[in-house]
Amino acid sequence: MNQLPQLYTGDAILEITYIITSVLFIIGLKMLSHPLTARRGNFLAAIGMVMAIIATFLFHHKDGKPIGNIGLILVAMVIGTIIGWVIAKRVKMTAMPQLVSFFNGMGGAAAALISMMEFPHIRPELIAKSGMANGEVLAILLGLMIGTVSWAGSMIAFGKLDGKIGDLRIKAMRYVNLTLLVFLIGFIVFIMTRHVQASSELTPLIYVMFAVSVLYGVLFVMPIGGADMPVVISLLNSFTGVAAAMGGFLYNNQAMLTGGILVGSAGTILTVLMCKAMNRSLFNVIIGVFGGTGEAHADGGGTVKEISISDAAVLLSYSKKVVIVPGYGLAVAQAQHICHEMDKLLDEKGVEVKYAIHPVAGRMPGHMNVLLAEADVPYEELVESDEINPDLPNTDVVVVIGANDVVNPAAEDDPSSPIYGMPIIKARDAKNIIVMKRGMGKGYAAIENMLFFNDKTRMLFGDAKASLQNLVNEIKDL
Amino acid sequence: MEDFLKFFLLHREAIFIVILSIFLGIEVISHVPAILHTPLMSGANAIHGVVIIGAIIVMGHAETTGSLILGFLAVVLGTLNVVGGFVVTDRMLEMFKKKK
Repeated sequence: MNQLPQLYTGDAILEITYIITSVLFIIGLKMLSHPLTARRGNFLAAIGMVMAIIATFLFHHKDGKPIGNIGLILVAMVIGTIIGWVIAKRVKMTAMPQLVSFFNGMGGAAAALISMMEFPHIRPELIAKSGMANGEVLAILLGLMIGTVSWAGSMIAFGKLDGKIGDLRIKAMRYVNLTLLVFLIGFIVFIMTRHVQASSELTPLIYVMFAVSVLYGVLFVMPIGGADMPVVISLLNSFTGVAAAMGGFLYNNQAMLTGGILVGSAGTILTVLMCKAMNRSLFNVIIGVFGGTGEAHADGGGTVKEISISDAAVLLSYSKKVVIVPGYGLAVAQAQHICHEMDKLLDEKGVEVKYAIHPVAGRMPGHMNVLLAEADVPYEELVESDEINPDLPNTDVVVVIGANDVVNPAAEDDPSSPIYGMPIIKARDAKNIIVMKRGMGKGYAAIENMLFFNDKTRMLFGDAKASLQNLVNEIKDL
Repeated sequence: MEDFLKFFLLHREAIFIVILSIFLGIEVISHVPAILHTPLMSGANAIHGVVIIGAIIVMGHAETTGSLILGFLAVVLGTLNVVGGFVVTDRMLEMFKKKK
């Protein structure tokens, strides 16, 4: 009892730190949504995190017992820090979406592990008083389910974006998925309505739930096509947020609660914004129906016409207005630097060059902006598709570099196309179109692109980087 | 119904925070320009790494070998989420900063 005043001071410091952490998260997130303050915002949020971690070490206690195993925890944190740091620093910018997905999965797994470990230790007094149907049990079960789904789903998304896992589309899958989801929710109700003395009697059920959640997470992401992957990652991101918040509810921990819910709701809004950009309904993404009918489309489109490097160089050099439409192909070829070199050359010749950025160019919304920023392309040259479209009929040449679906006219013409209704960059409105492409392969959504067969279109086959290098040399010699 | 009301009264503060945080989250990012979507997603990804605190708590009170192993794993994964998330976001944003 003598210790009481000291404990109170510790408690107060802990809670105050959590409040500061929450505020830093909010300000950080807010600053992250403005280009000028974004980096500082990220830094602030990180400071908040460090503060919360240190305060938890020093002042957290359960029934008067402070945090134990500190040595082991520190070892675990050092391991996590080294691995996380190295991966984050080494990965190529093009692999960014997979990486976010990977880290997201780690958070989900951590949340699921916490639930698994806490379940057998629910206080018997609580169970004696209100049975299994109480807030703690609900938070644990939801944390387990959501965290596991997020982890399994993120790993599949990671594998898919990395090209290690293909799509799996079977019609019956949406029913299987719905059934699994209903089963999981039913299972939660089932566990919560058991009458037991101690929750540990039900521990085996937790493993069943874990297994089914893994299965659901895998099957949930498996049928979703590559084009929808950013939406899925964003959605899983908000899932993990909710799972973390469940932990906050369980421990009555304000920092976890606000941080988790904040990410949960911000992530959901971000998901909705992305869906809007691609004209997809969130519901369809969730039950896992994307296109898939695209393969059946007739290929008949006439012939494609090629253009030589020197002709392309001349065409570009004597244009007034050139719009570059960069896509993932440009990023994969690491051609953003040489592309910027070409645009500087053209600029010196008095050609007005702009980049038309589709919201989902690359593999994630804003991904292309990151990649072009890496190559020092100034902001002012990057124009969003809505703004550039009215300008395109006055544009002499549109250069499509490694992009495909975002310029596919089928989105406007063909109601049976899976991408029908998606806003596109109307490249076909321009006077000339040059398409740089490795071959006649289809885009990520696996749909034929009629733009390539357009009378105004000339194809320049080859690796984007090599082609651009040749073009730059040719333009210099003119 | 009675159970529901009891549940609500017992956890009213948490429910309060949840509801306000939902609105806050929506409000805070609803005007974000498309170019920042990726860094923002990545930054939010790092923030939900706050689950690390739960991992520390559970590990800090772990007693059996089994729970120590699971707790250890949870802390490693949580730290990965936090560190990786913040570092990669910073790397992305660093590039934006270079231009004037």
